[in-house]
Amino acid sequence: MKHTLSLLVENKPGVLARIAGLFSRRGYNIESLAVNTTESSEISRITLVVDGDEKVLEQITKQLYKLIVVLKVNDFTDVPVVERELALIRVNSDTNNRRAIIDLVEIFRASIVDVSERELIIEITGDSEKIDAFVKNLEPYGIKEMVRTGKIVMPRGMRLNSK
Amino acid sequence: MEMTVAQAIIKFLQEEGVEVIFGYPGGAVIGFYDALYDSSLRHVLVRHEQGAAHAADGYARASGKVGVCVATSGPGATNLVTGLATAFMDSSPVIAITGQVRTNVLGKDSFQEADITGITMPITKHNYLVKDPEKVLTVFKEAFYIATTGRKGPVLIDIPADVFMAKINYSYPSNINLPGYKPTYDPHPLQIKKAINLIKSAEKPVILAGGGVISSNASSELLKLAEKINTPVITTLMGKGAIPEDHHLYCGFLGMHGAAYANFTVNNSDLIIAVGVRFSDRSTGRVDTFAPNAKIIHIDIDPAEIGKNVSASVPIVADAKIALQRLYEEVEEKNNPNWWAQIKEWKEKYPLKYKNSDEVIKPQYVIEKIYEITKGSAIVVTEVGQNQMWAAQFYKVKYPRQFITSGGLGTMGFGLPAAIGAQIANPDKLVIDIAGDGSIQMNIQELATAVCQKLPIKIFILNNSCLGMVRQWQELFYRKRYSCTLFDFAPDFVKLASAYGIYGRRVEKPSEVEDAIYWALEKNDAPTIIDFKVVREENVFPMVPAGGSIDKMMID
Ligand SMILES: Cc1ncc(C[n+]2csc(CCOP(=O)(O)OP(=O)(O)O)c2C)c(N)n1
Repeated sequence: MKHTLSLLVENKPGVLARIAGLFSRRGYNIESLAVNTTESSEISRITLVVDGDEKVLEQITKQLYKLIVVLKVNDFTDVPVVERELALIRVNSDTNNRRAIIDLVEIFRASIVDVSERELIIEITGDSEKIDAFVKNLEPYGIKEMVRTGKIVMPRGMRLNSK
Repeated sequence: MEMTVAQAIIKFLQEEGVEVIFGYPGGAVIGFYDALYDSSLRHVLVRHEQGAAHAADGYARASGKVGVCVATSGPGATNLVTGLATAFMDSSPVIAITGQVRTNVLGKDSFQEADITGITMPITKHNYLVKDPEKVLTVFKEAFYIATTGRKGPVLIDIPADVFMAKINYSYPSNINLPGYKPTYDPHPLQIKKAINLIKSAEKPVILAGGGVISSNASSELLKLAEKINTPVITTLMGKGAIPEDHHLYCGFLGMHGAAYANFTVNNSDLIIAVGVRFSDRSTGRVDTFAPNAKIIHIDIDPAEIGKNVSASVPIVADAKIALQRLYEEVEEKNNPNWWAQIKEWKEKYPLKYKNSDEVIKPQYVIEKIYEITKGSAIVVTEVGQNQMWAAQFYKVKYPRQFITSGGLGTMGFGLPAAIGAQIANPDKLVIDIAGDGSIQMNIQELATAVCQKLPIKIFILNNSCLGMVRQWQELFYRKRYSCTLFDFAPDFVKLASAYGIYGRRVEKPSEVEDAIYWALEKNDAPTIIDFKVVREENVFPMVPAGGSIDKMMID
């Protein structure tokens, strides 16, 4: 089962290496990762998606807490959250299909951020499912390149369930 | 007071109560050594940085204090790695200070540059690269705090050469702020209550004591609890010394080469009170058949140990000493006569034994004699292999910090430098390094260190002309295909002793063993080597084949 973990860590050099290293040497796989600073410049937030059962998750959480630089580990898996990912997609597009693609972009509330004769670059944000669905719809036109960020999440309403 | 960072570090170490550091100089730490030149801090010059790390570790294990080692950048620092990994696996509080290239050439593959913080990340509890001279003392304070609290462990501090020479104003850093590090010492009262109920209803309880008992100085609490509930105490290899081994409640150490009765007792128990153990695979054997009917009360200061290898019915995250005291206060006295009758039967039926001989020297016989002659009082440090297991089986230790061995990493070459650390921590005690002829050659250069420091360590080599433990596995599991384990050359250890200007003697007959041990014990001004020519074919039994159940042992 996939879990979304949200970590607060000290914003210091090498912190990401410590965390990534912990995952790799203990045989856990990171599926998605997003890092940046928070409202405090001394603290960064790392959001990661990992696969594993409850036991694995418990062990991951405990091992993360052993790192001196980790301040907080939240498991947002069963918590209502606002979840976002961003993707930039370079897709084939000529005059024949341009209208159809623009329609798709509107339906998905994506936006076209670059136009040239044979291709478009489209930006889309949303949860992973939305982006997956958009990508699927674009595929027939020929996706030339895609970059996706890691997932970021924020719990809805009041703060919940911190481990 | 203004001084260089190097001077400030030395002053800090002294204020922190450090009396000795083990190290080896080099370009990046010249500044530090220059400051050391004027100080009264004792510096032990090793002959290889691995020796410095093991010696600091041995010192820490034997004294309960922090062990400090120093190395230069690059090769000096990387030479510490095995020692740090060893300390990490056995939760030993070691501080490693490494020099680093100057800040202006850092990251440019400069001469003698190695990313030692990157390299040691997985084998230290924490590490630092300090580029800001103003932060050095705070980092040191944090490092000492981290190394010595919670689950103890090594911390490395990497300091660029120019930072050592920068000027700062010394003030002892009294405050530290580590928001991400808050060890739990007090057990949760509810868990203690649950534990008490389990203990009350258990019919076949055992206490399993590990290295955590020793590191938290919890032996007397352990003994009080064990006596009150009349429960057998079994230790792990790292737990040897947690209870006096001549005590009637002691039931051996468990695991791959543990006593059969210890393994039977643990595996047939209905309650394991596990204290400061991490259920290493060497102790549990196959986990899914480990103590199938036992509930487990798992006391550990490291929450990540609970549930890592076996699942616990009652998890108690706490310092062993405090948790044991709580249990002792709240538990009712109890008696388990049927259980003890069963254990007694196992003890009688499956004692630790070997076949002695008049013609050839049996290694177990040597250990037994060492035990008898030293009356069980010596600090015993071991190398790794058969020698280590025979020492664990036949030297009955009496007190904590008396048996010093590389349990987690199984590091050959640990013994001699660790014995140096142990002897420095205990100048008045007898320190013995039980060695194999393979292991002793892994850090034999440290003889020079022992000589210079006038340490009367007894190095007893169980010389079987082979890498015994690996040879044993090849014999039993690889159809006696002795690939690269039989030595066809050996140095003359007696001549080697004389090359170092110390005492050496070779023993080839069982009848000479006792006399030689007495002879060695008389030498008080320098190390002594005895080369016991023992029989090559001897194996360590019992043995649980790797990955097997601990109650399915090869007995002989
Ligand atoms: C640094 C290191 N290298 C290799 C090993 C693997 N190993 C484990 S026991 C052993 C044999 C040890 O031989 P010796 O020191 O002569 O002791 P004996 O088993 O003969 O008592 C070896 C090679 C190890 N534990 N450590």
